[in-house]
Amino acid sequence: MTTGVEGYMYPNEITLYWSVLIVLYPYITGLVAGAFILASLERVFRVDAVKPTYRLALLTALAFLLVAPLPLQLHLGHPERSLEMYFTPHRTSAMAMFGFVYLWYLMAVLTVEIWLDYRRDIVVMAQSSSGLKRWIYRVLTLGSNNINERALAIDERVGWLITLIGIPSAFLLHGYVGFIFGSIKANPWWSSPLMPVVFIFSAMVSGIAAVMLLYMLIMRLRREKIDMLCVDTIARYLFYIFIVDFSLEMLDLVHRIYEADESFRTLNFMVHTKLYFSQIVLQIFVGTLTPILLLALTQVLKLPEIARKRIYTVAGCLTLIGIFAMRWNVVIGGQLFSKSFLGYTTYKMALATREGLLMSIALTLLPLFILWVLVKLLPPWPEKVQAEIPATTAAN
Amino acid sequence: MSVFKDSGHLFRLAALYAVGTLTFLGIRAFFVPRSFGQYGHYRGAAIAEIAAHPVHYAGHQACETCHADVQEMKRSGMHAQVNCEACHGPLAKHADDPSIQPAKLDTAVLCVRCHAASAARPKGFPQVAAVDHSNGLPCETCHQPHNPAIGAGGAK
Ligand code: HEC
Ligand code: HEC
Ligand code: HEC
Ligand code: HEC
Repeated sequence: MTTGVEGYMYPNEITLYWSVLIVLYPYITGLVAGAFILASLERVFRVDAVKPTYRLALLTALAFLLVAPLPLQLHLGHPERSLEMYFTPHRTSAMAMFGFVYLWYLMAVLTVEIWLDYRRDIVVMAQSSSGLKRWIYRVLTLGSNNINERALAIDERVGWLITLIGIPSAFLLHGYVGFIFGSIKANPWWSSPLMPVVFIFSAMVSGIAAVMLLYMLIMRLRREKIDMLCVDTIARYLFYIFIVDFSLEMLDLVHRIYEADESFRTLNFMVHTKLYFSQIVLQIFVGTLTPILLLALTQVLKLPEIARKRIYTVAGCLTLIGIFAMRWNVVIGGQLFSKSFLGYTTYKMALATREGLLMSIALTLLPLFILWVLVKLLPPWPEKVQAEIPATTAAN
Repeated sequence: MSVFKDSGHLFRLAALYAVGTLTFLGIRAFFVPRSFGQYGHYRGAAIAEIAAHPVHYAGHQACETCHADVQEMKRSGMHAQVNCEACHGPLAKHADDPSIQPAKLDTAVLCVRCHAASAARPKGFPQVAAVDHSNGLPCETCHQPHNPAIGAGGAK
């Protein structure tokens, strides 16, 4: 029972209750928020170069958002009870209010924006496809086939507005996850007003890296040419945001070191022992400094295309590992030490249980599968649908 | 005019959301118990339901009306403050109807619950490493449960 405990732990601290699934939860919501911010770059900030990834980013956000509550439900059990959160809203529970933040983002922002953006294609495909697909598209048109210029112009304007609302909403979505941790005043590892901000920036970093990788991967699978201007631009934004993210994390660190409150000795010891590999090695060196240096290289040197692609791929993968390590260090790290500051426990991940390793791998792959279905259903490649538009609608 | 016509699909979307919200409110009205929120963030009727649970413990005053001899012995010993039912378990049924016999206690299990040596207990609290101390004998061989000091109540 007490294996893995060093020093003194209170009895209720010995086993970690928040497992690897709770690590996945901020990781996945972070990818959602980040992917959405990338999409809004094109829409609101008019960065035209990233247009090829606009729709892909939206679909990625949706695919991951649909999976985001699953780790929580698997962790808590009784998924049917999650509806109670909406039936009887508990205003003083931060976690219960997340249900509404989630619902708002899913229903008021993401689905509406995707629907508006795809409406023209949906109407076209409802006419050109057959069988089950035809029915799906027909339902998605909501019975309106109006895609004349004025209707599309209205969609464009409303879509812009939704994106505008969507940016603070995406910040809220992931800032809120940070807030849930940052507001736990009993835990010095979490309790920090910087937490939501750090979460937002790390979310942007991971989401942008994920969409960049997905874009390059899908283009490869489709044997199409990667739009280098697009990828270069994404990489540049990734670089900038990464620097902000890193500075914020360092700010937090410096603040903690200088403040050196009563928890400092314990946390410091933990970072040098139990968390050394995941925090210092994986998160900071492998997952942050290396990708930043690699991306900086592409900014200062004139590298050939193939070298840039490779660097982006490596940097993107390392980034995703680093951000995962960051979530891990927050969630797991926050439970490894005793509130008495006199001891440490160990997290032992199960393999084939409801909260084990296999389950978390499945949960990481599930969004990719959903994305695959979404991409089949709502192809993000405008040129393809353009070519398919039958003469009837072209006349409109 | 045509603005309304060309944004017809948006009204359809709004209508869909409105229908969704109404459905939700309908389901909610059905599922949320009437007394929810009466006193706080829980079902008010739960209080009456809990109050209606049968009583399991009679309380030591009840025991003492009939077992004055035990009470007398217990009063002078270190177990004076230990409630009868802390050792004998819930006996409301027996107190109502003494013909219901309480279960016999096994002191080898009972006493160590409170007296097994443990670092978590206050230092001054009487505690023993049972294996060394009693060598497997039931505790009541030497201690009288109701007045446990050796020689106080006299071993049984
Ligand atoms: C209404 C009077 C009454 C009350 C109240 C009462 N008892 Fe008894 N109890 C008796 C009687 C009578 C017997 C049977 C005595 C016998 O058979 O020798 C008995 C027997 C017992 C015995 C078993 C004695 C044995 O020889 O095995 C125990 C133990 C006991 N009672 C404990 C309690 C406890 C604890 C309470 C308080 C929750 C309690 N009683 C309340 C009347 C009462
Ligand atoms: C420290 C634990 C403990 C407490 C407190 C305690 N008992 Fe007992 N009692 C025992 C044990 C052990 C026995 C002997 C085993 C058995 O008879 O079940 C016993 C036996 C009895 C008996 C059987 C007759 C006898 O005297 O041996 C009665 C009656 C009784 N207890 C009543 C009471 C009442 C009434 C109280 C509260 C005033 C009380 N007990 C408090 C542990 C306790
Ligand atoms: C519900 C907890 C509890 C149970 C069960 C219990 N005791 Fe005790 N015991 C106490 C408490 C409380 C004291 C008094 C400690 C104090 O005041 O420091 C005590 C004191 C004692 C003492 C010290 C007496 C002295 O004069 O130093 C002995 C011996 C003892 N118990 C033996 C027993 C035996 C034998 C049993 C089993 C029949 C038993 N206890 C069951 C709670 C319990
Ligand atoms: C063979 C007889 C015998 C048996 C059986 C026995 N004890 Fe004792 N117990 C003693 C004696 C003798 C003392 C010492 C009394 C003293 O120092 O005043 C004692 C003292 C104690 C004390 C007081 C220790 C202290 O530091 O004040 C506790 C508590 C105790 N016993 C509990 C138990 C428990 C629990 C059991 C059953 C597991 C048990 N005893 C069985 C003989 C016995």
